[in-house]
Amino acid sequence: MVRNMEKVIEEAKNAAKNMRRNILKMTHEAQGGHPGGCLSATDIIAVLYKGFLKVDSQDPKWSGRDYFFLSKGHAVPTLYAVLSEMGFLTEKELLDFRKLEGRLPAYPSCELTPGIDMASGSLGQGLSIANGTMLAARLNGTEQRAYVMLGDGELHEGQVWEAMMTAYHYKLNNVCAIVDYNKLQLDGSIDEVKTLGDLRAKWVSFGWNTLEIDGHDYEQIYKAFEEAINYKEGPTVIIANTVKGKGVSFMENEVGWHCAAPSDEQLKIALEELS
Amino acid sequence: MKIAPREAYGKALVELGKENKDVVVLDADVAKASMTVLFKEAFPERFFDLGIAEADIIGTGAGFAVAGKIPFVNAYANFLLGNGWEQIRISVCYANQNVKIIGHNIGASAGKDGPTHLPLEDIALTRVFPGMTVIEPVDAIEMKKAVMALAAHKGPAYMRVGRAPVPVITKEEDLFQIGKANIMRIGNAVSVFACGVMVSKALDAAIELKKLGIEIEVINMHTIKPLDEECILKSVKKTGVVVTAEEHTQIGGLGGAIAEFLAAHNPVPIKFVASPDRFGVCGTYEELHEILGLTKEKIIEKVIAALAMKKAVNK
Repeated sequence: MVRNMEKVIEEAKNAAKNMRRNILKMTHEAQGGHPGGCLSATDIIAVLYKGFLKVDSQDPKWSGRDYFFLSKGHAVPTLYAVLSEMGFLTEKELLDFRKLEGRLPAYPSCELTPGIDMASGSLGQGLSIANGTMLAARLNGTEQRAYVMLGDGELHEGQVWEAMMTAYHYKLNNVCAIVDYNKLQLDGSIDEVKTLGDLRAKWVSFGWNTLEIDGHDYEQIYKAFEEAINYKEGPTVIIANTVKGKGVSFMENEVGWHCAAPSDEQLKIALEELS
Repeated sequence: MKIAPREAYGKALVELGKENKDVVVLDADVAKASMTVLFKEAFPERFFDLGIAEADIIGTGAGFAVAGKIPFVNAYANFLLGNGWEQIRISVCYANQNVKIIGHNIGASAGKDGPTHLPLEDIALTRVFPGMTVIEPVDAIEMKKAVMALAAHKGPAYMRVGRAPVPVITKEEDLFQIGKANIMRIGNAVSVFACGVMVSKALDAAIELKKLGIEIEVINMHTIKPLDEECILKSVKKTGVVVTAEEHTQIGGLGGAIAEFLAAHNPVPIKFVASPDRFGVCGTYEELHEILGLTKEKIIEKVIAALAMKKAVNK
């Protein structure tokens, strides 16, 4: 894939702006969801889809596709929003989020939603899935890649560390993990609940190519994905320092917005800020 | 003749591997015990050791399935289902992935390894999942057919594989179809629904019971889910009384599944031959079966008790 950084960044910025607006509308309409962790992940996911992930909205199960697994499944509005930007979903149906009808449940479903390859919502499972797909790709001799986004609180789950060892052991250079390191979780700050300590050192000691970036700086995001592709010795993790609630002034760094829905008034203010 | 189910399983996997290039085998550091080592030797590029990490091995298997492979995921049943249960729930069953989960050392078959290593709860743990198929082949011959059938079947499945040798009681020409129970002996007095090694014990019991003038019907319920409801109803309409037999706790296993079905559709007296609500102990396979009441004698006792219950109910 021939890429032009400036072009990708421009497209991703436009997509992210629309995605943020849609995330607010979805969570407002549903009066539920997790806007804080959606907004922290938005810029990274926009760059990934606009610049790196090989997928085809006309053929979602195309056998040569790349995979993106949203292991932090509660951020699924971000995924729905980007799938709308990419043509897998219509913008109109985004408002079906969490509704009985439609195909956009509260957490990802690979049975209901085109463009989603694995269910999640039960934390800790995505990296193992990514590893399995890439072991299969290696067997098939295909040039596919798997990306998986993990929450920072999600790293409390032991399975993640099992899977980190697996990716390193099998030298899965086609696996790229992204940690949405927004420093907050449901019960409070990560450091209050259970600290991750020196997170970078942990990944390094597990043998991963470990990159650390500002998860809202488009050039850094772009270059990290590119570096992950070029690193051939094993898996790469991008520790993305992010701001929970990024882009909406009253949501930023507020733990209360981990799981809460905006009121009519809050939606209005947020959409004005994002216009 | 007795053959260990795991040996038949290991050989069947190799046969399957020759026929189907999409089959991959994953093991959690028990390949020499599960006998997947045979597949590893035959097809090293399609064998993956995930180490002692049962949550991860389920997820990795699900990933293979996402990419179109047919993964057989192996570990001791208790560790695999205990540590991987939520992963089976979401990444396999809710996601409807074509993953074959193979639980080893089932029931009391690891004998002297003792209570930590004797999974008596695995049927209960797996049959609660929507969309899950649950199978226990009756012997080495049926094992091969079951492995082939599992690969051909699309969707999540769990299969029990024992460590200790068990009698071979079926023939090559016998049919095996997932979801279709096999009648091993025809009778009209009591329907005995059994799975695994308990089928052979039921057949032994039938010989003794015949001497008492009691002709039991013995049915091999190799598929515990989905239940062959048609077969169950047909037999029960004839006999009006049931005994179930399984190498599993009395809670939530084959007996539970049949009782749930019959209570709603055709209530009849039922007696259960199963492990009591307790853990195992260290002992030989035979000693454990004595202690847990998984014997021919216990089946005979329950058949007679079931008949007495039927008589009392009908008074």
